[in-house]
Amino acid sequence: MTMLETSFNQLVDEIRNQLKPEEQFTLTLESEQSQFTRFNHAKVRQTGTVNDGSLQLVLMHNQRSSYREFPFTGNLESDRQIANDAIAALREEVAQLPENPYLVLPAGNNTSREVHTGQLLDSEAVVSTLIPIVSDLDFTGIYAAGSVIRAYADSVGQKHWFATDSYSLDYSLFTADGQAVKGTFAGSNWNDAAYKAKIEESRSQLARMAQLPKSIQRGQYRTYLAPAAVAELMTMLSWGGISEASHQQGGSCFSAMRRGEKKLSPKFTLKENFKSGVVPRFNDLGEIAPLELSLIESGELINMLTSSRTAKEYGLEANGATSGEELRSPEILPGDLKHDRILSALGTGLYLSNLHYLNWSDRPTGRITGMTRYACFWVENGEIVAPIENLRFDDSLYQFWGENLIALTSFREFIPDVGTYSHRNLGGLLAPGMLVDRFTYTL
Amino acid sequence: MISELSHFLNAIDIPADWVGLRAMKEASTTRSVRDGIPETNGSSLTQGVMVEVLVNGQIGYAATNLLSLEGIRAAAQKAYQQAIAASEWNIYSTPLSARPKVVGQYVSPLMKPFDALSPGEINELLIKITRELKVSDQIVQTSATALTTEAETWFVSSNGSEVYQHFFRIGTDYSATAQEGGVVQRRSNNGWLASCYQGGLEYFITPDLWSRVQQIGTQAIELLTAEDCPSETTTLVLAPDQMLLQIHESVGHPLELDRILGDERNYAGGSFVKLKDFGNLVYGSPLMNITFDPTVSGEFASYSFDDTGAPATREYLIKEGVLQRGLGSLESQARTGVKGVACSRASSWNRPPIDRMANLNLEPGNKSFEKLIAGIDRGVYMESNRSWSIDDQRHKFQFSCEYAKRIENGKLTTTLRNPNYRSITPQFWGGLVAVGDRSTWQMYGTPMCGKGEPNQAITVGHGSPIAVFADIEVFGGGA
Repeated sequence: MTMLETSFNQLVDEIRNQLKPEEQFTLTLESEQSQFTRFNHAKVRQTGTVNDGSLQLVLMHNQRSSYREFPFTGNLESDRQIANDAIAALREEVAQLPENPYLVLPAGNNTSREVHTGQLLDSEAVVSTLIPIVSDLDFTGIYAAGSVIRAYADSVGQKHWFATDSYSLDYSLFTADGQAVKGTFAGSNWNDAAYKAKIEESRSQLARMAQLPKSIQRGQYRTYLAPAAVAELMTMLSWGGISEASHQQGGSCFSAMRRGEKKLSPKFTLKENFKSGVVPRFNDLGEIAPLELSLIESGELINMLTSSRTAKEYGLEANGATSGEELRSPEILPGDLKHDRILSALGTGLYLSNLHYLNWSDRPTGRITGMTRYACFWVENGEIVAPIENLRFDDSLYQFWGENLIALTSFREFIPDVGTYSHRNLGGLLAPGMLVDRFTYTL
Repeated sequence: MISELSHFLNAIDIPADWVGLRAMKEASTTRSVRDGIPETNGSSLTQGVMVEVLVNGQIGYAATNLLSLEGIRAAAQKAYQQAIAASEWNIYSTPLSARPKVVGQYVSPLMKPFDALSPGEINELLIKITRELKVSDQIVQTSATALTTEAETWFVSSNGSEVYQHFFRIGTDYSATAQEGGVVQRRSNNGWLASCYQGGLEYFITPDLWSRVQQIGTQAIELLTAEDCPSETTTLVLAPDQMLLQIHESVGHPLELDRILGDERNYAGGSFVKLKDFGNLVYGSPLMNITFDPTVSGEFASYSFDDTGAPATREYLIKEGVLQRGLGSLESQARTGVKGVACSRASSWNRPPIDRMANLNLEPGNKSFEKLIAGIDRGVYMESNRSWSIDDQRHKFQFSCEYAKRIENGKLTTTLRNPNYRSITPQFWGGLVAVGDRSTWQMYGTPMCGKGEPNQAITVGHGSPIAVFADIEVFGGGA
């Protein structure tokens, strides 16, 4: 057990001992010791480390609740003092708040402990390891690495601890005229040979970008979207998509499916699948999500992500979702399109490796707009002709995952979540590539 | 705190060319109500120190929330090691002039302190707003949110800097969602969380609060039966609450020097603007005057010093349509030779400063709203951002709004729903044909401008008059 885990456990005991009858609490921890090194033109732009930790204590009493977030340093004396101050402030505040009839108290007897140790580069070796083999390239991106902790405890005795060592290198290689390819390299055990192989793969992709880009007129084109592009589309489903609360409150793109007005293609199946173990299964009430949960099966909406709070409000069954009802470990099941058949099956059209800056252009009808980005090509008769200039698409998921879905690939890629707003994210998305007809481009 | 930080600084024993300590303590509250029931109540405290050291032309950093001498010294050692390990491969040799000596302070204007209302009273107010928003059974959801932040920063450095800044920020939002069958329309107060200011509750409890709440609820219902925005190329009139987004995405980000230098290419992207464009690129029509202005009282991203200590002043980025200078820190200015502004900012103590917008404003013209509309035979007037997307060079964009009106023969006529427009940045700003006067100028902001690796979400403010653009492609919703 690490010093941080010991300190967390002691703090949990302190809070439990201070609890008054009828009071309940949940305590969640996010902590990281991270190295961040940013590159541009195969040089170092910024480099540093971040030691951070934050606790969120929710106090519940008399059908009312409030929270306090405060720093977690691992120093029990100072953490205890700030936690005591938080409890006192919460007691004073909770008493004056209105009732929330849908407040859910912690329940159950779940506990878990997962510790994934890895072998990461020494922080002082990061630059000298990464740069030499890309020094002839216009290499840009960020290396992030270190330990990340997510933990939970509550007043009914539930406790979870999830700690993992991981790294991610999220990078781009550019040609002199601004065309680029994207790569991500992530894991828990640094492997020099695998890194070199990954860079070589990107280097060969970059060679394809050497031609002048072709300007494509707006219109509808047969299109292949590689797994990273499909993953971008999947992320939209955590924003006014697969959330039951969003549906109930008029904000979901899937309400038309719930009303029975729309279906997706029988080829399309979306699940939450925690078998890979890269993210914690527990949520902000200590509940454990099912190992697998079907959301859309063969084009039919089976489940929406339903938190206990939403379940209580609308008289439904909860399914282990977080309070935000976002996807945590999603996958789209593969199809039967083999890797070596992609270009011939595409025939003439567009090959998109990535998408960028997606947003709803009309959420109730499932319409999403965004841009092509990185290694996108015009293909004729199964042969790559040239990279393309950036194109804007604007199309409905009821089209590209519906009647216009021709095929999903037989292989999938894990696209790691390399986000670092506030803290390093965990997990990612498992996506196949997909071939669609009449994908709509508007600018 | 300055004296404590100075004590820490003096106790750091590393052979660096420069050392800076930037401490931050930020206390924020979030209170939100949905459909008359409290959804979120809580407070967050974050505090820590960013240690930066300059060695051999390379800055290394280490951020820690251990606010002890031992913690700071350990962080300084890590930062030093980071700089040493990278200095052989640094992208440029950072001069000491990028971290000037500066002494001063700043305090946000504040009229009605946050604690003028208790948490219970704020909840009562939010509940009342959600109830008043429900003007009809067709309103299926109402929500109201109030966010407050009190942040203090202290900056000391080995070359004598001592800066203290104290910020009070408030952001509020309320909205109503109306539904009839498959038609869903959401209307909010100027777009999601656009009402962001420096100051206190005076920006929430405004004289027009209840009439505005009533209007939002009524307009949500009005949109259910409104016509869809037509698909046509026409004159587009944008309200200041949409100009917020328009300025931000198509002027602010492309002018960031770190994007032009390529630092940001792997994440948010680059820019269609080149370094050689400064001083001569015609960015828009002669009516386009854009200022970087951290001196506007109450605007969301006002300050006196950026996070490297550079003194902040009002500067024209674009004057009469011609590009003058970039959004670039002292570091970026040293790297490019292009004039910049005091815009090296960090989202918190645990992130290094990078080139950011602060307050970026379109300066007013000379026509009243009535005169602007009267001069248009046919067009569309749009309010309040709903959706935003722009390419990685900040060129091709598509934005949508919550609410629109058709303009016919110099008058606002029928209401339109699902208003969208798309264009390309230089063409769009080149089509700026009229700008409203000071009476039409309003300021908004957002706490959620995302950029950087590691990622940072930061506060920005944008003020603008009503603006009129010629020959813009507009269109509506539907699959």
